[in-house]
Amino acid sequence: MASITLEALAHAYHPNPKSDDDFALKELNQTWEDGRAYALLGPSGCGKTTLLNLMSGLLKPTRGRILFDGKDVTASSTAERNIAQVFQFPVVYDTMTVGENLAFPLRNRGMDSQYISERVARVAEMIGLEVRVHQKARGLTADLKQKISLGRGVVRDDVNAMLFDEPLTVIDPHLKWELRTQLKSLHREFGHTMIYVTHDQTEALTFAEQVVVMHEGRVVQIGTPQELFERPSHAFVGYFIGSPGMNFVPMSVDGRIAQNGGRTIDLAADYGNPQGNVLLGIRPEFVTLTKGDGLPVGINRIQDAGRHKIINATLFDAEINIVADAGFAIESDMTNVTFDPSKVGIFCDDWRLESVKEGTR
Amino acid sequence: MEKTVNQRAWFLVLPVLVLVAFSSVIPMMTVVNYSFQDSFGGNEFFWVGLEWYQELLRSGRLWDAFGRQLLFSSIILAIEIPLGILVALSMPKKGWAASVCLVLMALPLLIPYNVVGTIWQVFGRADIGLLGRTLSDLGISYNYAQNAFDAWVTVIAMDVWHWTSLVALLAYAGLRSIPSAYYQAAEIDQASRWSVFRYIELPKMRGVLIIAILLRFMDSFMIYTEPFVLTGGGPGNSTTFLSIDLVKMALGQFDLGPAAAFSLMYFLVILLISYVFYTVMITIDKDEAKA
Repeated sequence: MASITLEALAHAYHPNPKSDDDFALKELNQTWEDGRAYALLGPSGCGKTTLLNLMSGLLKPTRGRILFDGKDVTASSTAERNIAQVFQFPVVYDTMTVGENLAFPLRNRGMDSQYISERVARVAEMIGLEVRVHQKARGLTADLKQKISLGRGVVRDDVNAMLFDEPLTVIDPHLKWELRTQLKSLHREFGHTMIYVTHDQTEALTFAEQVVVMHEGRVVQIGTPQELFERPSHAFVGYFIGSPGMNFVPMSVDGRIAQNGGRTIDLAADYGNPQGNVLLGIRPEFVTLTKGDGLPVGINRIQDAGRHKIINATLFDAEINIVADAGFAIESDMTNVTFDPSKVGIFCDDWRLESVKEGTR
Repeated sequence: MEKTVNQRAWFLVLPVLVLVAFSSVIPMMTVVNYSFQDSFGGNEFFWVGLEWYQELLRSGRLWDAFGRQLLFSSIILAIEIPLGILVALSMPKKGWAASVCLVLMALPLLIPYNVVGTIWQVFGRADIGLLGRTLSDLGISYNYAQNAFDAWVTVIAMDVWHWTSLVALLAYAGLRSIPSAYYQAAEIDQASRWSVFRYIELPKMRGVLIIAILLRFMDSFMIYTEPFVLTGGGPGNSTTFLSIDLVKMALGQFDLGPAAAFSLMYFLVILLISYVFYTVMITIDKDEAKA
């Protein structure tokens, strides 16, 4: 087990990268602490898998260094790094039995057979496949196959880290929960450093202690699920996390006042006088529909999502969503919205602005 | 609503019936007819029952040709399948080199059979052929027209030259369809090159390899043109395979009765192999659907 440090790491699939756009992964400095569970979250094509493959050694970085416990492994092979990786599509060795599959990484490393059979029995029990140890792997369902790939990872007790590349993509929804629970219990039991790539925010938020959000080859925020929800540091995080995502309303900001079209609202903090593309961001959960207070909106439609209602409205030519309780009665004269001031964020050119401390202005 | 009964629609099937009748059924039944009769020319025929079949099965001739045929098919399979896999494994995976390789590999497959026979016939001649002349200059006695062993070596080399590409192309297609995650997982599991082949590549190529084996088996089992052009079945009868023997019997000796019986038995063997082919394919499909 190890902590993994990335120093100025960048990767381009293009042989001679010229501009920033050529890089699938833009320069990144990051430390993955030993024994923690991380999720790498982002849409398809944002560089998650590239980052994962760089850490496991399947790709060699264009620039930068990778350190395991302070030791430079940038040039080391995958085997030397001693990493376990589970892929999007279950990889099993078809002609082998479940037990042989689990034993394979140990056999290749020349462990003695006594130790192998003990480990295989233990891991098979842990992933709930002990009754199938002697069965051929080829006829199994996708979720069982994925358990085997997982088992092949944890069968080595000295792996430095476990990497998951969207491991639940091909799994039936009702089994996803079970597998995720199993992953968490494996993490508790072994304390491996785990890095889990996904584009599914629910998976990321339930699995990880720390979520790393990526966007266009760049890490835009690292934080706990709660931080990502309440204080997204980039407009993309606000938009990507939460369902529906954060609302963004164009407004100009001066000190503690935000205004658009002669309408003003008070802000909880002083944001100075930002120039550029300034947006006010507020989660749909913290917007309230009122009869006259706040800003005027035009309501477009109302969706019933079971436990709550989602109201779609137009504010200053931008569409916003409002989440209200299922029991909330919407009346015809409710044509304004108010924002919970403590939950409002101000974004300038997509990045979140920190408030200006009193006296620095 | 009353349904109109109109049996005249059956006439629409007539063209197909006529075509099939003249292209397969009537010629086939003629052969069946010949196989039960004897003729001394002059278009006079006598009923002989199963005599031709019994005589052929008793005589060594059919069995010798059958034995040579099986030996030939086994040898070329034993060479072409492993060699084809080896070639496929060493072919470049992408880029212009891969395209060049594919075109080069496809070339022998495009050459007409009798041209292949002629190429090797000239190639192997001791007086003017590149191969034959080189061997004799090296002091190796080589003459495919007189020595049975040399004839076999040449026929097999010719078939390997002609058809290994097919196996290689099929195997290459099988290899290309393996997702890269398998190789990455093997790298992480620290699998050796042999293990990657044994546990990933070979099982994933299983389907195409079975097709390759069956295609090559059936094709080599019916081989005629190339050895006919090269050796004419000789020296003696040493390279007389089933179809060469059949043609000798039917056209060389004009023994219509025995030749008809021969071709029907040959046909039954091919039918049996086709059945095996079909059954195996269906089983693979089921297996793959399950996996």
